[in-house]
Amino acid sequence: MKEFKLAQPQNLAQVTSLPSDQRYFLMAGGTDLLDEIKNEIIDPGVVVDLKSIPDLAYIRSTDEKIRIGAMTRVSELAENSTIKTNYPVLHEAALSLATPQLQNVGTVGGNLCQRPRCWYYRDPQVECRKKGGSRCYAARGRNRYHAILGGGICHIVYPSDLAPALISLDAEATIATANGDRTVPLEEFYTLPRVDVRKENILKANEILKEVKIPPSKNEGKSTYVKLKERGTWDFALVSAAVCGIVSGNTFKDIKIVLGGVAPIPWRLEKAENLLKGNPVTDDVVKQAAKEALSDARPLKENAYKQDLAAIAVSRAVLSLV
Amino acid sequence: MGTKQNKKGKAYTRRDFLKGFGGGAIGAAVVPKILAQESASIETKKGKIPVCSKKQVTLTVNGEKYTLVVEPQETLLDVLRERLNLTGTKKTCNQGECGGCTVLLDDEPVYSCLYLAFRADGKDIRTIEGLAEKENLHPVQQAFIDTDAYQCGFCAPGFIMSTVGYLETQGNSQSNMKLNMEDIKTAISGNICRCGNYDQIYKAVAEAAKKMGRS
Repeated sequence: MKEFKLAQPQNLAQVTSLPSDQRYFLMAGGTDLLDEIKNEIIDPGVVVDLKSIPDLAYIRSTDEKIRIGAMTRVSELAENSTIKTNYPVLHEAALSLATPQLQNVGTVGGNLCQRPRCWYYRDPQVECRKKGGSRCYAARGRNRYHAILGGGICHIVYPSDLAPALISLDAEATIATANGDRTVPLEEFYTLPRVDVRKENILKANEILKEVKIPPSKNEGKSTYVKLKERGTWDFALVSAAVCGIVSGNTFKDIKIVLGGVAPIPWRLEKAENLLKGNPVTDDVVKQAAKEALSDARPLKENAYKQDLAAIAVSRAVLSLV
Repeated sequence: MGTKQNKKGKAYTRRDFLKGFGGGAIGAAVVPKILAQESASIETKKGKIPVCSKKQVTLTVNGEKYTLVVEPQETLLDVLRERLNLTGTKKTCNQGECGGCTVLLDDEPVYSCLYLAFRADGKDIRTIEGLAEKENLHPVQQAFIDTDAYQCGFCAPGFIMSTVGYLETQGNSQSNMKLNMEDIKTAISGNICRCGNYDQIYKAVAEAAKKMGRS
């Protein structure tokens, strides 16, 4: 692995006030960052070790919200009994993610800020748009695992399992900046390539995702995460569906559906949600909503199958709420 | 190499032989402490952030303490293999996909290829070399032999460490629960066997679980 220097700040204020004349690479668990350095996709020069900062790993219940520190490890999230009982979609997403070895090291913040898995992006020989080049090679190249929605100038899919789950729970992201913290809905944290093709989220230089907050769970609410993969064992999602909702008297009172693996950001299915709300829970209603939801999809040459998979993931997840 | 040597008597290995030819004793010199204390830093409005290109760490590996100076990009895997001569931990994919480099870090399985050595400072590390007590193999090692879970054997140290981690500690919160095959498959899902000897490996884990009172 190429050499780099190690910066070990004592607090977040030091990270948010790093001089802007140089780009610094922040390391949480490091499982994705080290992979990028080893594959020579990045040459960081200086790596900023976030583990040297105390008090960033916690799962706390305060003001009826659950607050999850960015440096909380995925294994800690998966084992947390409150999350398991009250937020099954998040528990299931954490368990579905990578392997025991990676869950023991990878963090919630790192998972939410990881870089895409697109094989052109991960290939050091390829200078694609995301790396400052002028083309998206997936548009006309091999695109079996790429986006069917929201791609446009860059067809990556956002690989995080936790992001769709947290968005379905109306989670918020707290971002530390040089001027203090700001909080945004996690749904607004991610940005499409057309906003800035080099980035996947709203973080500006020297800003850092510090915490996610989940509102109190609704008593009658239910949630689940359905992940469809190519392999029986661990893998990134081909398509995943995070669903959170309330079914009362055999009618969808409230529902939120977020897909993973189909777009450069976690993809909210508001159209399907509106088709379900107020309607009785039947196979036909659900299948129709799932189909309609994907009618905007613009598959590439090799990934039209994701449209069918998405409809299946949505139906399966929604029906399991009953 | 560490300032404290492994006490176990060790035969002259192929690795030592090759090293001898390669200009000799790579890293054998004891690095003075002073090298670890660099004074570089990044100035920020909120104070100086210390920056270093070397760091002194103390690792406890299989019960032995080693104090050594590492560079930030050195992985735990490279330190174990190249500097402590513990080559039972395998470098295979070297990018966190195959599990051949699995070790226990404070009792939890991790990929040592994606874990930087400086972060292991003060931690307790167990490798395949630390499992057997003298002539007595660990129950998981014995189960792998008894059920013929080795083919080429290259992935075995990783599988065994994942299994030990799971059976000894990770599953302890539910230690009275019986393991089923799904639990076993999940516990070792981070390891790959290119020979495809999974059926025998699952049997070995189940056998070890039985020996360790977990099924």
